[in-house]
Amino acid sequence: MAKGKLTFGDIDVSVNVPAGTRVIEVSEKVGAGIIYGCREGDCGTCLMSVDEGIENLSEPSALEDKVLKENMAGKDMRLACQAQVIGEGETIVKPA
Amino acid sequence: MNKNAKAVEIAKDIHWVGAFDPDLRVFDLILKTANGTTYNAYVVRGSEGVAVIDTVKEEFSDAFFERLEQVVAYEDITAVILNHLEPDHVGAAPELMRRAPQARIYVSNRGLKLLNATLKDELEMYAYTLTNDGDQVSLGDRTLTFVHTPYLHWPETKCTWVEDEKILFSCDVFGSHFCDERLYNDLVGDFRFSFEYYFKHIMRPFKRFVLEAMDKIEPLEPALIAPSHGPILRDHPMEYVRSYRSLSASRLPNEMEGKEKSLLIFYMSAYGATADMARSVYEGASDVDGVRVSLYDLQGGETDPFVDLIEEADCLVFGSPTINGDAVKPVWDVLASLISIETKGKFGAAFGSYGWSGEAVPMIEDRLRGLKMRVPEKGVRIKFHPTEQELEDCTAFGRSIAETLCGKAKPKVVDFADL
Repeated sequence: MAKGKLTFGDIDVSVNVPAGTRVIEVSEKVGAGIIYGCREGDCGTCLMSVDEGIENLSEPSALEDKVLKENMAGKDMRLACQAQVIGEGETIVKPA
Repeated sequence: MNKNAKAVEIAKDIHWVGAFDPDLRVFDLILKTANGTTYNAYVVRGSEGVAVIDTVKEEFSDAFFERLEQVVAYEDITAVILNHLEPDHVGAAPELMRRAPQARIYVSNRGLKLLNATLKDELEMYAYTLTNDGDQVSLGDRTLTFVHTPYLHWPETKCTWVEDEKILFSCDVFGSHFCDERLYNDLVGDFRFSFEYYFKHIMRPFKRFVLEAMDKIEPLEPALIAPSHGPILRDHPMEYVRSYRSLSASRLPNEMEGKEKSLLIFYMSAYGATADMARSVYEGASDVDGVRVSLYDLQGGETDPFVDLIEEADCLVFGSPTINGDAVKPVWDVLASLISIETKGKFGAAFGSYGWSGEAVPMIEDRLRGLKMRVPEKGVRIKFHPTEQELEDCTAFGRSIAETLCGKAKPKVVDFADL
């Protein structure tokens, strides 16, 4: 199975993750500073900035797009509870 | 109906139309109030429109509408400005909109979901505008300007500024739970304790946002501050602005040099095992340059002073034995008290000795994560008393936390399956 490298820039921890893994599944386990509210793509609490490799993440759903717009998120921002690692390269994320 | 429900003119064509709640003793479960509180709402009349700024808690709607009707006809209301959408301010808003459906609602851009939750299906019947910082509403000869103050104390909170009278409608900012029908700060009883108590319970976790807001408010030099709770501040209003700034400033003298980080270790120990671990963690962390490490036995202190220390620390490490499958109460007392300060982004870790199952460490880690802290180092748990080797593990644990804290740790690479 394809694996991507997901790096949490705020704690300098990288995790090799299988394709399809949501960021939330990893960030909580490694103790990164991305925080969560509803965990369902509604509240916008888990907004994170993607410093590198945004192309390695799944495209935002219509729901995520709406929440990103409501939170005036930049183009390099995603919701950690929605974004899945799908590519093989390195993706560097940190709390927004 | 209350015969004494009179609107009060606080400036020319600007009225207070709020409600008194003298019998309230606990607000929002967390604030005590010996004097009750007020729900302040205001009406601003211009040559081409009338704005209602905030409303009251729903149970006090009668007094609000009675006062409102004394100064404006519902059909003349053009704007309903909701500075903050907590129920104590928007309780009467649904009924106000039913009575004045032609009015346009103004909430800050982050308030839409809350507006939806306030008005439910009725929202589609009304016009609303989501405001940005600096947006204005004209009432003809009067202009209202929105001063966004996010996180004082909800994300959508804003103030409304009337330039011609130099009045700031500040909602919860500069508020206090203090009920006195004399209404003005120079007439009511001594409410300083309520003002500071309110700050400590409502604004304290958002100090850095308070400082940003004061940067916007100070240059306005308001001549009158009209908050949504407690006395209207017309006598030396800038003193209250300065007070917010000083209450938000660092509480401790900054004795640390440059970029030195502060790491605090708190522990409890039943038989000395967790205490031995604590000393080893302390020694390890102290080995790292650029980190000031402190060690505290929770048996020897009260919770509140520890919370004050934690507020300005960069990293918190808690040591607890496991008793009956749980961390011990003094540890939870400190952890539960941290809701009154900002903990987001601080580093955290846990360790502890145990006999059977050792739940204390992961439970503390969960709480630290719940406080929005970073917990990158897996906690150390040791069964009974630590051996020399285990104490060395504790020392390495302390060193690793300190290195991570000051950015000296080597980047880690792990496999998902090992998490």
